[in-house]
Amino acid sequence: MALRFGSRDMEDSVQKVSMLFNYGLPLVIILVAYFIGSYLENRHFRNIRKREDDLHGFPVVSFDTMPDDWNATTSDMVTGSIVISLDYFKRVIAGLRGLVGGRIKTYEPLLERARREALLRMTESAREQGFDAIFNVRLETSRLANARRDGKGTAGVEMLAFGTAVKLKSRFG
Amino acid sequence: MDVTNNAIVISNTESIPGRNIVEFYGVVTGNTVRAKHVGRDIMAGLKNIVGGELKGYTELLQDSRKEATDRMIEQAKSMGANAVVNVRFATSSISQGAAELFAYGTAVRVA
Repeated sequence: MALRFGSRDMEDSVQKVSMLFNYGLPLVIILVAYFIGSYLENRHFRNIRKREDDLHGFPVVSFDTMPDDWNATTSDMVTGSIVISLDYFKRVIAGLRGLVGGRIKTYEPLLERARREALLRMTESAREQGFDAIFNVRLETSRLANARRDGKGTAGVEMLAFGTAVKLKSRFG
Repeated sequence: MDVTNNAIVISNTESIPGRNIVEFYGVVTGNTVRAKHVGRDIMAGLKNIVGGELKGYTELLQDSRKEATDRMIEQAKSMGANAVVNVRFATSSISQGAAELFAYGTAVRVA
């Protein structure tokens, strides 16, 4: 080092700053991600509940044949899908959980709201096209080409809901 | 469904509601392989920090699935069918950043 005086202090502070960046920054990102993430999650749940209330009375069933009292005139297949990300905070928690095993609570609401959103999108598209009901609803989950091998990169899960929408001669008999 | 204008109706059930199957043509398939977009991937990377929907990917997959379905329908049309029943979807990630979307069903004539 060219500087004789204070060079040790400087090294110390450089080390402190780099420590801060190495450990502090990920911690800050995790905290920020946690708070923004939970805010967005609550907002999404409120939105889902409101739209589910709007669709109250629109029959969506998973039977593979139509109930006997439905008189279908027209039909077509409808789909709804969403890709969600497994975010940074949740991946860290899940990684820690992976050490001891057990239930990973952070993932559960994420998958639940994605699935309900996919169902809502399917139902809304059926209603927009003038259909009266949907039957033989199926749900599929698939992992997308995801995080890089080092664990970074984007990780996504797709939820797909599809079913056969029908127009009925007279609703319910 | 309108039989006269040669429109194909599809269903994930074993029959078309309110119609009878009069002829079977066999299995029809449609697929598409898509890679993700760098711009979308950067946005998705940012979104990956807080979680939630990756809109770019949702659209990408919806477009791809529609294309796979359209190809399946084209094949059914070329066989002379007017409906595809028992439609199924499949997704497989074949390499880093690319995915195949696949739709298949049974081409039939309904009356």
